[in-house]
Amino acid sequence: MTHQISANVQETREMTINMGPQHPSTHGVLRLEVVLNGEVVSRVHPHIGYLHRCFEKHAEAMDDYSKVIPYTDRIDYVSAMNQEHGYVIAVEKLLQLEVPERVEYVRVILAELQRIASHLLGIGTFGLDLGAFTPFLYCFIEREKILTIFEKISGARLLYNYICVGGLMRDVPDSFKPETADFVKTFRPKIKELNDLLSYNKIFIDRTANIGILPAEVALNYAASGPMLRGSGVSWDLRKNDPYSIYDRFEFDIPVGSGEVGTVGDCWDRYMVRVREMEQSLVIIEQALEQMPDEGNVMEAVPKRIRMKEGEVYVRTETPRGELGYYIISDKSPSPFRVKVRAPSFVNLSILPAISRGALLSDLVAIVGSIDIVLGEVDR
Amino acid sequence: MKQPEEIAAYLKDKIVKGVLEFVPAEIGQPWITLAPDSIKNIAKFLRDDSELRFNTLMCLSGVHYPAEQELGVTYHLHSTTFGHTVALKVRVPIDNPRVQSVESVWKTADWHEREAWDMLGIIFDGHPNMTRILCPDDWEGHPLRKDYVQQETYQGITTRF
Repeated sequence: MTHQISANVQETREMTINMGPQHPSTHGVLRLEVVLNGEVVSRVHPHIGYLHRCFEKHAEAMDDYSKVIPYTDRIDYVSAMNQEHGYVIAVEKLLQLEVPERVEYVRVILAELQRIASHLLGIGTFGLDLGAFTPFLYCFIEREKILTIFEKISGARLLYNYICVGGLMRDVPDSFKPETADFVKTFRPKIKELNDLLSYNKIFIDRTANIGILPAEVALNYAASGPMLRGSGVSWDLRKNDPYSIYDRFEFDIPVGSGEVGTVGDCWDRYMVRVREMEQSLVIIEQALEQMPDEGNVMEAVPKRIRMKEGEVYVRTETPRGELGYYIISDKSPSPFRVKVRAPSFVNLSILPAISRGALLSDLVAIVGSIDIVLGEVDR
Repeated sequence: MKQPEEIAAYLKDKIVKGVLEFVPAEIGQPWITLAPDSIKNIAKFLRDDSELRFNTLMCLSGVHYPAEQELGVTYHLHSTTFGHTVALKVRVPIDNPRVQSVESVWKTADWHEREAWDMLGIIFDGHPNMTRILCPDDWEGHPLRKDYVQQETYQGITTRF
């Protein structure tokens, strides 16, 4: 919704204010230079880089491709499993390495669990931005269960370093399967609870519907991906459209924004895509648990030393935030010649100036929240 | 859906100026090399041609090739209409690293090109706001160059840790 200052109010002058770098709704250290006309946003200039660690330089300094994996964890610390998964797939593609069945299934289950955990955090903090405190706590109860599963298999709650080139660091414990199945069972009704509590809450809809509308063609021109693109009604999911790993074996839907309570591509649509994606992740996990072979050595294909040939790949995978691309150039030496990360949050955030023009300052908070950025990934 | 070699042949067939050669790859993906002063026209052609329709720029990466004293830019394009992808490359000498900006073709290139300038010092002609994006404005040097030496102090703060 764009707002116009009516003619009979006093003439206003444009004012520039800073939102951030330390602001609760910027989800990290992000500075938004906002040019305001009264309460209406004329322009926004995002200033990023506060969390810049130059991951790519670190990666080039490593003397082994495996040593980059802990750094990939720290790109997007909210969905570290997905980051590792993407990087490892890229390296395996360069090595032309086949991975055992069991490993593929475990990886997919972990990636989907991580997607749910990440979306729960995104949804919870989005509600928090708009003043809804309770759903945040509900989300964190569920997220905690996933983190407990991850802790049991990898020993860490956030930065796992669990998926390695050719396999996994160690096999999953026997309790993994029943516990995951149990989580799937108990989590389903919670989604309905969340919908009652937040999604269809009138106040929440009033704050998010018709706000920050992103038309599909603009989204594509900006190369938006993930829920940001699907919220605009474009049915595009790499797990289906360009399947990697074993995603072509599962049946699931791609939820897209439909303008149910407002206009296609508004904040609510982006939010709702995330909620519905959690349901689809459960569907994938169920199928994967059923098909997963019980036996198999997860270390079988792990190379003792990675001997790389000359070549380059661009591999993209679907993380909770969208298309994560790894562009890796190898020059036969043990350390990568170039590792470029195409971070979905970085690209999605670049759309902010385009979709927040004419919004109210309070709506800007909703728009930033609906993009679901992780600053670690924006700044790398 | 077209394979990269078909796309290269198609571009040559249409006599698009600036298409240099198609490089097949033993491992990974092949690419097409282009002249740096014609990338914008080719980008427009790739986006608008009815048989190609490359409507998204997935990734734009700068690369430093120290052996050849060159900087390079790699473009990874994708068409959601047809589902095909292609990689394009341009190379420029390090003492005059100027590449045409494709920001007017794909808006997503805005931040990517600023990043390539910040990290590698590639200048994109025609970019509306060629400023640093990840490093502070007064930072010295371009970190991703292979011969980069980090400055000792930044505004009185020791940068080494």
